[in-house]
Amino acid sequence: MSGQGACKQGDWVEVERVLLDPSERAAGLPEDTARQPLKMWVKGFARTSARVGETVEVETMTGRIVEGALTDVLPGYTHTFGRPPAELVAVGRDLRARVAAYRAKEGR
Amino acid sequence: MGGSSADVLARRGEIMKAALGFDYAVFERSPIAFDYEGLMASHGLTIDDVRAIQRAAGVGGTPIIELRNLTDLVRSYAEPGFGARIFVKDEAANLAGSFKDRRASVSIHVAKERGYEGVIAATSGNYGAAVASQAARAGLKCIIVQEAFDSRHVGQPEIIEKSRLCEAFGAEVVQLTVGPELFVVMLELLEETGYFAASLYSPFGIAGIETLGFEIAEQMRELTGAPPTHVVITHAGGGNTTGTARGLRKAGAHETKVVSASVDLTGLHMASDTDFNRKSFTTGHTGFGVPFATWPDRADVPRNAARALRYMDRYVTVSQGEVFYATEALAKLEGLERGPSGNTALAAAIALARELPRDATVVVQETEYTGAGKHHWSQLAFARENGIEVRIGDPADNVPGTSIVIPERPEQIAVREIDLDRLRRSYVRNALEHAPEGYEPTPEDVAFLAEDSHTTPAAVERVIEELRAQA
Ligand SMILES: Cc1ncc(COP(=O)(O)O)c(C=O)c1O
Repeated sequence: MSGQGACKQGDWVEVERVLLDPSERAAGLPEDTARQPLKMWVKGFARTSARVGETVEVETMTGRIVEGALTDVLPGYTHTFGRPPAELVAVGRDLRARVAAYRAKEGR
Repeated sequence: MGGSSADVLARRGEIMKAALGFDYAVFERSPIAFDYEGLMASHGLTIDDVRAIQRAAGVGGTPIIELRNLTDLVRSYAEPGFGARIFVKDEAANLAGSFKDRRASVSIHVAKERGYEGVIAATSGNYGAAVASQAARAGLKCIIVQEAFDSRHVGQPEIIEKSRLCEAFGAEVVQLTVGPELFVVMLELLEETGYFAASLYSPFGIAGIETLGFEIAEQMRELTGAPPTHVVITHAGGGNTTGTARGLRKAGAHETKVVSASVDLTGLHMASDTDFNRKSFTTGHTGFGVPFATWPDRADVPRNAARALRYMDRYVTVSQGEVFYATEALAKLEGLERGPSGNTALAAAIALARELPRDATVVVQETEYTGAGKHHWSQLAFARENGIEVRIGDPADNVPGTSIVIPERPEQIAVREIDLDRLRRSYVRNALEHAPEGYEPTPEDVAFLAEDSHTTPAAVERVIEELRAQA
């Protein structure tokens, strides 16, 4: 929900929609899931201008029209590789040394 | 949705019939048995046809690479004379980065041929990207329905990366919070659009994987003079095991042992909002592997073409930490940065190779692409953010959803055996429970259950009697 605060018609945006209220959810769900609504996010081209939180229709990549609350304009991705886990950094060094020692012992 | 869920579910049969272009009812033989081979042959495509379709689609023909450094690593601690040769089939070389391209290619071919305007698949995994990629090439529209977020709108980085890749290939991605109602959303979309259901579990999808087993037999004959003694397969819904094993048989590799491997996620609930982000693997784990092996017909199609129990010679588990360790070893020793989910079979192969003589050949049957989000570093960072302890130690101390234990030494990598007879028993129980009350299994049903669970009719009868005695 970062992005800009409003969209114009034709902008690539994301909308959010509640598909099922907790009371409408399937039977037999674990309790932690059952007390949450089922929500959906879809991206598409805005059919009108809107501010974040306002209802807007989008036309998706397949040409479907979906209505929802505007959550983001030009929604992007920020997932990364992150930092190396300390538990793994020495694995390569140590395993290479073991292979080298094995080959030396075998006379290769 | 909402009040209409029940109505949509009631129309499930006709929606799927229209969306798949054929009727499963013609293959039903009784409340228990169906004509599996009839279903599998119904598309009329030979393995050569499928190979031609895949060649045109830019899919398959991936290299097999011998992992000489990893093999020597295993030999450095195996008993003298032990330490099988380890090979890997680099399925990441497919267009969308995994063996799932094979599965998608046949569905997309059929959808195009039959005049559908688009395709829909429900998947949070590599299959979504595969369908999106193949649909883009075929000029078909594509909707991927993903279980992507928990109720805080936090997504597994691996799944978010998959959303990104599907969008990169021009698919409409419908992202949902956790819950099995995803199936209803998919049915509604199929009804609304009239698109083809590119199910993971249709005979088309499984036919697409048969080429993978076939190529392994062919390539290993070329490399070593014989099909592999063992093929290790990362197992979840069972298509990977089923298709690969069928392909090996079609190539005449009847002696090859089929070993399925899953990451152990025992104790985590697959429909739980809070457990959702406590899993550091989104596929290849026991949360799918065991339920699908013991009751395949839980899928989105009336009969699942993926029936892993028919084909497994062994089913083993490894822990999350062992797979992350194997992933790091593959990159540093072999110059192959892949996975991690697809490296489940690699971790198992490292353990199996140690038990096997040096002239045995173990093929790790796939790799998958890696990248931001999917990468094992991202997975471990995300696990930590979600309160999971990550430490170095004895992988036997791993507790799914609580701790990830990275091995101190490769010798600690071990497989845990799942008792196939226990799985067969629960499969038979499930089959009986799904038949109408009071239904008496016929000799034909018993024969079907035996074939479907890779055992003898006498063994099935014994299980039925035991279940009766308990009831
Ligand atoms: C990379 C990878 N390996 C293995 C599997 C497991 O395949 P299946 O679900 O057919 O058992 C999947 C799919 O979930 C996958 O994406």
